[in-house]
Amino acid sequence: MPTIATDGIAEDKIRHPTKKLTISEEVAIEMVAVHKWYGEFHVLKDINLTVNAGERIVICGPSGSGKSTLIRCINRLEEHQKGKIVVDGVELTSNLKNVEIIRSEVGIVFQQFNLFPHLTVLENCSLAPIWVRKMRKAEAEEIAMKYLERVRIPEQAAKYPGQLSGGQQQRVAIARSLCMNPRIMLFDEPTSALDPEMIKEVLDVMVELAESGMTMLCVTHEMGFATAVANRVIFMDFGEIIEQNEPHNFFNNPQSERTKLFLSQILHH
Amino acid sequence: MSDTAKTYKIGQHPDLPPPRTEVGVLGWFKHKLFSTPLNIALTLLAAWFLWSVIPPLFEWIVLDSVWTAESRKECWGKMEVPEGGACWAFIKDRLELFIYGFYPAPQRWRVNLSFVLLIMAIVPVLYDKMLARKFGLWYSVAFPFIAGWLLVGGFGLTPVETDQFGGIMLTLIIGVTGISFSLPIGVLLALGRRSKMPVLRIVCVMFIEFIRGVPLIALLFIASTMLNYFLPPGTVFDLLLRVLIMVTLFSSAYIAEVVRGGLQAIPNGQFEAADSLGLTYVKAHLLIILPQALKISIPGIVNTFIGLFKDTTLVLIIGMLDPLGIGRASLADAVWAGLAREVYLFIALFFFICCFSMSRYSLYLERKLHTGH
Amino acid sequence: MAVISENGANTRNLITRLWSNRETRSVIIQIVTLTVIFATLAFIFRNVVINLDARGKEFNFDFLFHPAAYDITFSPFIEYSSRSTHLRAAVVGILNTLLVAACGIVLATLLGFIMGILRLSSNWIVNRTVYCFLEFTRNVPVLLHILFVHGLIVIQLPVPKKAVNLADSFFLTNRGFFIPKPVWESGSGLVAVVLLISIAFVVLFKRWAKKAQDSTGRVYPVLGISTGVIVGATALAFLAADMPLSWNIPELRGFNFSGGIAIKPEFIALWLALSYYTSSFIAEIVRGGILAISHGQTEAAHALGLRPNRTLQLIIIPQALRVIVPPLASQYLNLTKNSSLAIAIGYMDVVATVGGITLMQTGKEMETMIIVLLTYLVFSLIISGFMNLYNKKMALVER
Repeated sequence: MPTIATDGIAEDKIRHPTKKLTISEEVAIEMVAVHKWYGEFHVLKDINLTVNAGERIVICGPSGSGKSTLIRCINRLEEHQKGKIVVDGVELTSNLKNVEIIRSEVGIVFQQFNLFPHLTVLENCSLAPIWVRKMRKAEAEEIAMKYLERVRIPEQAAKYPGQLSGGQQQRVAIARSLCMNPRIMLFDEPTSALDPEMIKEVLDVMVELAESGMTMLCVTHEMGFATAVANRVIFMDFGEIIEQNEPHNFFNNPQSERTKLFLSQILHH
Repeated sequence: MSDTAKTYKIGQHPDLPPPRTEVGVLGWFKHKLFSTPLNIALTLLAAWFLWSVIPPLFEWIVLDSVWTAESRKECWGKMEVPEGGACWAFIKDRLELFIYGFYPAPQRWRVNLSFVLLIMAIVPVLYDKMLARKFGLWYSVAFPFIAGWLLVGGFGLTPVETDQFGGIMLTLIIGVTGISFSLPIGVLLALGRRSKMPVLRIVCVMFIEFIRGVPLIALLFIASTMLNYFLPPGTVFDLLLRVLIMVTLFSSAYIAEVVRGGLQAIPNGQFEAADSLGLTYVKAHLLIILPQALKISIPGIVNTFIGLFKDTTLVLIIGMLDPLGIGRASLADAVWAGLAREVYLFIALFFFICCFSMSRYSLYLERKLHTGH
Repeated sequence: MAVISENGANTRNLITRLWSNRETRSVIIQIVTLTVIFATLAFIFRNVVINLDARGKEFNFDFLFHPAAYDITFSPFIEYSSRSTHLRAAVVGILNTLLVAACGIVLATLLGFIMGILRLSSNWIVNRTVYCFLEFTRNVPVLLHILFVHGLIVIQLPVPKKAVNLADSFFLTNRGFFIPKPVWESGSGLVAVVLLISIAFVVLFKRWAKKAQDSTGRVYPVLGISTGVIVGATALAFLAADMPLSWNIPELRGFNFSGGIAIKPEFIALWLALSYYTSSFIAEIVRGGILAISHGQTEAAHALGLRPNRTLQLIIIPQALRVIVPPLASQYLNLTKNSSLAIAIGYMDVVATVGGITLMQTGKEMETMIIVLLTYLVFSLIISGFMNLYNKKMALVER
């Protein structure tokens, strides 16, 4: 049986798991029989997934398995072509109003940060509150500073993204999403583009976020993080959800052969 | 009932074909032509535009055109509607003039031979996997001098006056000379501009910025009117040679900027590594820096050449007969006058074919460079 | 300095030592360069003096104040007659260069941006049509375009008697385009004042809206309100002042039109040809500039809930401009320099007046060419000066 390598991340969190946090019965995301194709390539096959408010889900799987596409469908950065996706009671259709509502309720953090290089860190964070939430500038900046403090880089507020390290940039990206006060946060491999010593600072921020009760969907291979905060781990392969389970059982007692193979590959490399 | 509604065992869901409206001809139409109301409007507008332009143009150029006639009158007489088609007989009649200018007919084999030699000189420059490329490159360097001798004559060949040069041949002479001599000068200027010696740097910057700041036509005027003042009295100086010097200086300033871009792209580590090996400035540049910088600069150099090639038409303003000049002169001929469209279209096509293929080549090189690193 | 030899070595030794020292070597090279350059200049100067003397010419600019004795048919800004001085002819030439360059820059930018954006369209047929036009235009010499358009106007358009008549007020002929000339009557001052006031209002409103957004968070539709105010207020004033505008419509008199504004075929040909030729390069720059912004920027903006128009305004355009503006400026400079081809169709720009007829009449090759070169150098210095300022202001801050 593979043992779980935690990479020293949040080990205290493992001893005092955060899973005790209550998960409400309220449904945050519902995906029913979702299909998607890129051209002829069938990338998502019959995805059925229900996420309750407050749930923290880690999605893993080999590259090309459709996991990024799955979460990008949730705020319609990708369009699904069949099936139904309902986020916070609003169905995603080609109706632009619905898309707008959902996007301001769902935050996403990208692998490549995608900070706006021509704006300062503070402006990056206050942009959407000002233009989407129609907030006063002072208020928006106050909120931005609050979240910048929360991700522990308030002193970088006046700098430009290009002046920061990768880890700092990713934390700004998280703060930027949080400034919209989202109900759901999506993470698309947030630590994959980072140097090893910077992964921890980003994961720490994500762990804190999880403890605050945020609904989170996270595509990541950081198994330490999964054990520490997730209450469900989903394994995807070839565009399908192969297996889902709570982390302890998922890691120690995988059901399918493909999951076993995948776990053995990432845990003993 | 569609396939996607069936249930499959977990992990065994097969790849299904996408909905029919998403791919294939239908999907293509939906996404590429009719995706939004704006796109539908644009599609209809473009289709209407093409429909009203292409068929008449095709009729004029191909269907209703006349290929054999002795004069414009005869040409138009052969058409159902006078002027309803192109009179290509005119171009056919003047084709030799367009190619050779007034180069004496018995000597034209020399032009043809130079052209063949030119192609042989280009091959080693373009194909880096050629056999014995080193010798090929030496030949490429020698080519302008060989061609010069062939075309001008002397040393056993009948001399031909340069004012008899014209047409496409003149375009190629100016273009090829301009680019091959401006390359070394441009490289030196670029190195000078990056030099740490203030005097050298300032001189190069002033030269480059002066040339880039004034139009080529002004430099050609200088060549045709002023250059004789600069030389010792009594020096007789061929007009073509003066033009070639000016064109070379002109394009060397542009080449210098392209090469400077290439030099800037070389990481500092390369200079440091060359220094640490104990190479002198000259050796470091010849062996390490320039081969890399020039390779990056080739697309830019090709683009400069395209610009230069198009600019050769300006010599008609100082009275030389490039294809455009020949065309204008032919239009003055009473037998054919009034066929400006045919002439301009023919010359435009010539330049388009040359320049478009060169720009494709430079694009291909750019892509190769991007993937190669 | 390490130049002084300790044991009094001979001269040869001294030179090798000087040469092998990095600093002294650089000094030697620079002195040699300077010497060569000055020697060349001195040689040229000597030749010029001898040559001028041999031809009985002097180097001076006195001719500028002599009567030019030639006509310039196109001088929209200042009075000019054949009795005016060469200096005045030069000024007319420079103004004409500026006019065609300015008009060309405006039209080329407009066409270039439209075609650049159409090239980004997912619409296949539009994309391909524009692509074909752009590739054909940019791979054919600009001189050919100029001659072609000029030929189209002069040969293909009818004589004034059979002019192409658009709504009885616009006439296209081979002698030029004739368009109505606005004649402002009393009361038009009021309209002008209202227009100025509304522009001032819009400027203030923009500032106020920014402040209001900062303090209350409300976003005002600035663009809509601004256009509304300028157009609306001016139109109201125009009506209130009893429409103080009439048109002087060109009329056929004998063999030509009189009245209205006559735009010479040379100007139209040069303007149109330069514009569409340059726009084919600008389109590529615009397309490249927008493509240079990674797709991630758009995604991030959308994911934050910004609408497409706001994404364009706040994220895409500010970043694309940094990439677009510097090469755009060099295209503007190219257009200005290419306007010198005016001489091929007889548009009287600075090259055609000073460098053409004045040169031929006075035989002052040196002086006239110096004026022409200086004119273009000043243009290019101004444009590149602005560019450097812009680049300094806009440079992205990075580690």
